[in-house]
Amino acid sequence: MVNRLPLSALNRKLLRDLTGMKGQALAIALVTMAGVAMFVAYLSNFESLQRTVDVYYERQRLGDVFASLVRAPARLETALASIPGVEAVETRIVVDVTIDVPGLGEPAAGRLVSIPARGRPRLNDVYLRKGRWPEPGRPDEVLASEAFIRAHGFRPGAGVDAIINGRRRSFTIVGVALSPEYVYSTRPGEIIPDDRRFGIFWMERRALATAFDMEGGFNDVSLRLARGASADEVVAHVDRLLAPYGGIGAVPRSMQPSVWTLNSELTQLRTFGFITPAIFLAVAAFILNVALARALTLQRPQLAALKALGYSNRELAWHYVKWALVIAGAGGIAGIAVGAWLGTLMIELYNQYFRFPALDYALSPLVALGALGIALGAAAGGAAGAVGRAVRIPPAEAMRPEPPHRFGKGVIETPWLERRLGYAARMVLRTLERRPGRSLASSIGIALGGAILLVGLGFIEAMDALITRQFVQAMRQDVTVTFVEPRSPGVVHEALRLPGVVRVEAQRMVPARLRARHRSRTLAVTGVDPSASLSRIVAIDGRIHQVPPGGLLLSRALADVLRVGPGDEVVVEVLEGRRPVRDIAVAGIVDDMMGLQAYMPIEALHRLMREGGVVSAVHLQVDRAALDALYSRLKATPAVAGVTLREAALRNFRDVLAQNMSLMIGITVIFAAIIAVGVVYNAARISLSERSRELASLRVLGYTRAEISSILLGELAVLTVVSLPIGTGIGYVLGRIITAGFESEVYRFPFVVTPAAVAWMWLTILGAAALSGLLVRRRLDRLDLVAVLKTRE
Amino acid sequence: MAGPAAAAPVFAARGITKRYPMGELVVEALRGVDFDLYPGELVVLLGPSGSGKSTLLNILGGLDVATSGHVVYRDLDLTEADEAGLTAYRRHHVGFVFQFYNLIPSLTARENVALVTEISTAPMTPEGALELVGLGHRLDHFPAQLSGGEQQRVAIARAIAKRPEVLLCDEPTGALDITTGVVVLEALDRVNRELGTATALITHNAAIAEMADRVVRLADGLVVSVVRNAVRRSPGDLQW
Repeated sequence: MVNRLPLSALNRKLLRDLTGMKGQALAIALVTMAGVAMFVAYLSNFESLQRTVDVYYERQRLGDVFASLVRAPARLETALASIPGVEAVETRIVVDVTIDVPGLGEPAAGRLVSIPARGRPRLNDVYLRKGRWPEPGRPDEVLASEAFIRAHGFRPGAGVDAIINGRRRSFTIVGVALSPEYVYSTRPGEIIPDDRRFGIFWMERRALATAFDMEGGFNDVSLRLARGASADEVVAHVDRLLAPYGGIGAVPRSMQPSVWTLNSELTQLRTFGFITPAIFLAVAAFILNVALARALTLQRPQLAALKALGYSNRELAWHYVKWALVIAGAGGIAGIAVGAWLGTLMIELYNQYFRFPALDYALSPLVALGALGIALGAAAGGAAGAVGRAVRIPPAEAMRPEPPHRFGKGVIETPWLERRLGYAARMVLRTLERRPGRSLASSIGIALGGAILLVGLGFIEAMDALITRQFVQAMRQDVTVTFVEPRSPGVVHEALRLPGVVRVEAQRMVPARLRARHRSRTLAVTGVDPSASLSRIVAIDGRIHQVPPGGLLLSRALADVLRVGPGDEVVVEVLEGRRPVRDIAVAGIVDDMMGLQAYMPIEALHRLMREGGVVSAVHLQVDRAALDALYSRLKATPAVAGVTLREAALRNFRDVLAQNMSLMIGITVIFAAIIAVGVVYNAARISLSERSRELASLRVLGYTRAEISSILLGELAVLTVVSLPIGTGIGYVLGRIITAGFESEVYRFPFVVTPAAVAWMWLTILGAAALSGLLVRRRLDRLDLVAVLKTRE
Repeated sequence: MAGPAAAAPVFAARGITKRYPMGELVVEALRGVDFDLYPGELVVLLGPSGSGKSTLLNILGGLDVATSGHVVYRDLDLTEADEAGLTAYRRHHVGFVFQFYNLIPSLTARENVALVTEISTAPMTPEGALELVGLGHRLDHFPAQLSGGEQQRVAIARAIAKRPEVLLCDEPTGALDITTGVVVLEALDRVNRELGTATALITHNAAIAEMADRVVRLADGLVVSVVRNAVRRSPGDLQW
């Protein structure tokens, strides 16, 4: 047999049929593209981050266990090194100080970390990006963290002042550095990095020891474990050794703040990378199924002819499944490209708040091919049912035109209603009612587009809610001042005398390990004044929680970690002062949004600590006019460890987190709109092709274009309107599911659906429907009456 | 042409019945039909609409299965064959021509014929088949660019391109005017004479019966008469 055609005739039919339905094919391909793009963007970022993290931790010898303490003699190092399973020990001096940065009005926080005078740290090695290491015997030379340097536009050679023990000391930055311990570095007590107001400085150990009275001692230790050693056992061992020296609880690497945050982000990326695309691809498969099922109805005579010519069911099924595969393949390939592009945008954002020597974007073939495979699988799955049904009909049956459908008056069409409905309305109603399954399927398709849109809009609301809760409802103080060491109650009165201060509230924070059976977390227990009105405890739903008198108030996330509920007792091992250990009942749970918190009344905390009215921090309400004066006073106050400014924190939050969230939300909203338009347009086109003959007949009978349009568009309008409440319901459920997937110990989001969001969703869907209607209407106006009536199909 | 007794029949159908539901009714389309088709023969099946002739043709062609009775094609009992067997049978032995042509609108004339030549064992070239029906000059036209008669001739080309042993035509001129109809019938006649393809042709137009070797009349699901034409007229001589 001579085949001069490069493509088989059946494949040519495939290509031309696809061209014929290019609008619909494009719509389906775009939805597929959206799903694949999200899958690729999230998972490639996950992979890129994970790989970078692994290499970085390994190369810079990040510790496996971390512990801080008040002060221990250097000889304890030997004891630490001989703990079974410990491979290496690195003791250090780490101190938080207030720094005065040229050009920055408010005081900033600095963390000074010791490095050996000669050689490199055994663990937690510092990566030198630029400049040089401090010269031995030059106590004024420091390395500064890259984030801080960049935020201020500094270069090596710049100077910065630190307030050490009440004395101002000047340092020269000689190098720019990064550390695996501070990939994500926040000021103590904050959650979002604030690179302008927080810097890490590495300096020679001797210089630091002299300044802080740490000669012959250390206050920080990291350990490297042998393969297979149990971190929990080592932690327990370290705690026993350090307890007499004011150890505040060793933590395994996974609980180290930077690692913890990074892991949480990685988990989120992976979860998101599956949930969101799964939804999109399910929608794509669904529309494909509906579109293909209805397109195949139109192909009945062709299907019959091909069967008569001797094509087998398998060949024909494959032919029509290929329709789906070509569409999904095109969408998938486009999705990989778009996903890779979004991936590079996302990695740029990560580069802004995760600090790595190099975080490069890489798209692995596994992710790319996996995405394509999933898209093709979803398409084949969506097509299978429709194709299977279509090719199974006996060829002789397919040969006959479909017999007129059995219509009846619907249940809702009462004589009363009938009198009020025109013929057009009756046709619409009967068509919809005759095949309620199919009508519902179309409505659900549109609803899914709306649902995804609602999820995207819901996240915008969630961001607003988060900001409102955190920075308006919870954090009403202008400034929070934390002290190096707990202060006597008199500090409240001192604070009141500071410039511009109109109100002061005291807070006590105590490092503690909370334990429930074998589960534990090391954190700060916050003692709050029940009458406090500046810093408040706010739940995700905006409710203000009072700290209960009889026990602990825990973050829901913490209660989940510890698996405790109200009434259960937790062991509180205080890691400061006399280190009391008490069983304290959980008196309440608060669904809060950030971090893991444990609150108790400040008086109760004082009793637990057997101390007077000791204060760790004060919240200040300040007259704005006096801010500059306040700042300069605080900079010079030796007892101050850190100053948190609400406005700066809010600005920083918006800058950093909101930027990242906005990108993802933006993607979701745009893609949701694509789905909405895609689905509605598809439904409209299918109706048009199914009914063009009927509509042309009506035109021949003398109906106007407007009249026949109202039949077709009326059907579309009913389907759209029905879809709106369905979409709202599905969107709400989806939003809850995605929000739950997004939850981490670092932060939790509320899923908020406001009437405004619902209104926007409804308007967008109606707009999409109107647009699709217009596009279809244009085709309707060009309906070739003679041609339509002549051909049988 | 060989006489009916000279060779074994291509088809031997015995006691065919067919019932199928149509809406809420059960239609008895065939009520015990016997039918033979001999090699090289051209038979016209004549009858009013609803007489069961299309059903018979569909059963002969393996498009439909009889409710009872036997249809034997050569050694193959079509009533016993499964889906795959019927597909293979259609693929290799039968050519179909339908009243409404059933061309694939998205394929050109040449490609519509290629649909068949690509899946059969010793086909003509698509060009050769189209040449045979006088369409050698319309190879790359799409169905929508062809007249009804031309579309039907493409369908004939598509049916014969596999060199089938039987050609089954369901009202091939039913949708055409006289002049065009004649051209289509001439193409069928030529195929029958030149290739010796046994042909069964359904019509409700009695005039067409004169081009047949034999005329089988059906009414109400039964064969009412079988008449052998003394003279087989060429389509051009038919009186409509």
